[in-house]
Amino acid sequence: MELQHTNFKHLQAAHCENGVTTALLRHYGITKITEPLAFGMGSGLFYIQLPFMKVNGGPAISFRTMPGLIFKRTCTALGVPVTRKKFRSHEKAMQELDGRILAGKPTACQVGVFYLTYFPKEYRFHFNAHNLIVVDKKGDDYYISDPIMEGLVTMNSYELERVRFAKGAFAPRGQLYYPGDHLKEPTDEQMKQGIIKGIKRNCRDMLHIPGSFGGVSGIAYTGRQIKKWKTKLGDEKARSYLAQLVRMQEEIGTGGGGFRFIYGAFLQQAHPYIKADELFDLSQKFTATGDKWRDAAIQASGIYKGRLNTQADYDNMGDRLIEISALEKQAFQQLKALVGKIK
Amino acid sequence: MKKEEIPQDNGALGKIAKEVTYVVDENGNYSTGQSTGWDVKTEALNVAWHDVEAKIEAAKQQVLSGGASPILYFMEKKIMDLNILASYTGYWKWTIKKHLKPSGFQKLPADKLKKYAALFEVSVEELKNPFNTVNRE
Repeated sequence: MELQHTNFKHLQAAHCENGVTTALLRHYGITKITEPLAFGMGSGLFYIQLPFMKVNGGPAISFRTMPGLIFKRTCTALGVPVTRKKFRSHEKAMQELDGRILAGKPTACQVGVFYLTYFPKEYRFHFNAHNLIVVDKKGDDYYISDPIMEGLVTMNSYELERVRFAKGAFAPRGQLYYPGDHLKEPTDEQMKQGIIKGIKRNCRDMLHIPGSFGGVSGIAYTGRQIKKWKTKLGDEKARSYLAQLVRMQEEIGTGGGGFRFIYGAFLQQAHPYIKADELFDLSQKFTATGDKWRDAAIQASGIYKGRLNTQADYDNMGDRLIEISALEKQAFQQLKALVGKIK
Repeated sequence: MKKEEIPQDNGALGKIAKEVTYVVDENGNYSTGQSTGWDVKTEALNVAWHDVEAKIEAAKQQVLSGGASPILYFMEKKIMDLNILASYTGYWKWTIKKHLKPSGFQKLPADKLKKYAALFEVSVEELKNPFNTVNRE
C-alpha cells in the first residue's frame, strides 16, 4: 500500500498498546525506543484477579496495567507531551482525525474489536481497549497500522467510526491520542532515569499493592481459588474459568507467558543504560516464570479439554500458580534491591 | 521459551497474521519470533465460544417456549449483556428487561423495533420471527 501523506513505517508488536507507543514515538523522532523498553518504562507488567467481578461470565483477571498507562508513562518519562481526546460528537471525532491524517500526522485511536472488520471472527468479543494507529486516508478508506497485523490494513469511514464508538466497558468514546511532533531524541541519562522509574513503579505494583488479590500475592490468591473451583463451580464452569485464565495469559498481545517474556527482554535491553550485570540474571528469572506460566497453561488445557478431571489435577494447577507467585516475589525483591542502589 | 519451541499450530489469528512472541536463544538472549498459533490457547478460545453457543441455544429455547422475547436471543447472539445492550440502544436496563419479556416486546412501537433490528443487523420481520425460516422473504 502506497502512503500519500506520510512516510510512516508499520511495526508489528506483541501487544497493541506497546506497539502503538513504540511506532508513534519512533515516527516522531525517538529511535531509541523498542517494544520491551516501552513496556518496561510504562511498568506494564501486573497481575490482578478482581474478586466479585466477572468478565464474560468468568473471572476478571489481568496480566497488565490499566489501558492507556503504558503510553502515558513512557511519554512522561521521556519528556514527550501527550494529547488525548474523547468526543461526544461522532462528526467532530472523525473531522479531527481527518485533519491530522491529511496533515501527515499519524494518530492513535482506542477502539472496540467486536466490529473490527479485519480481525478473525473468533477474536471479536466486546473488548474495547484495543489500540491502533490511523496513518493515512485515500477517498473513503483509512490506512490503519494495527500492531497485531503484519502489514497495513484498511477500513472505510463507517467501519472506523463504528469501532471508535464501540459501547460497553472501557467504551473508547472516539478517543484519539498522539505525542508531540518533532521529538528530541532522549539522552542516555533520560533513558536510564525512565527505566529506573519504570522498574521501581513495577516493583511497587507487584510487591506492595494493598489487598491479597493483586500483584504477586494475587497470583497465589488465584492459585488457592482454583483448588476450590471444581467443587464450588462444577466441572463445566470450572473448565470455562480455567480457559479464561489461559486466554488472558496467552491471547494476542502478551508475547507469551503473560508478558513475562517481554519483561525479560526489557531487562536485557535496559542493560546498556543501567550497566548492572545482575539484569541478565534477573532477565533469566522472568524467562523462567514465563515458562512456568506456559506449563501451567498446558496443565489447565488438560482440564478444559477434559483429559484431566480430578481434584488432584486442580490442586496441581493451583500449586503451580502458588509457586510462580513465590518466584516472582523473589525476582521483584531482587530487582527492587538492585535499582535501589543505582543513582 | 526458546525460539525452536515456538508453537506453530493452526490458530484463528494465524490465518491472517502470525503473532509476535518473545523468545531466548541458548545463551538466554532475547529476540522475537513468529507463531501461527498454539493449540493450548486455541482450545481455550473454543471453550469460550462453546459457552457462547450454549447461551444462544438456551435463549432460543426460552423464546420458543414463550419465556422470553426474541431480543434475548439476538442479545446472546451478539455476545451482549444488559449493560452493553443498554449502552448501544440508550435505553435503561429496566426498560430492556421489559422488552425481554414477550408481553413487553408485543407493545414495542415500530421505531424501537427498528432500532433493535438495526443493532442486531437483521430485518424487523426477522427480529419478530427469528426462527421462522419458511416465510422469510
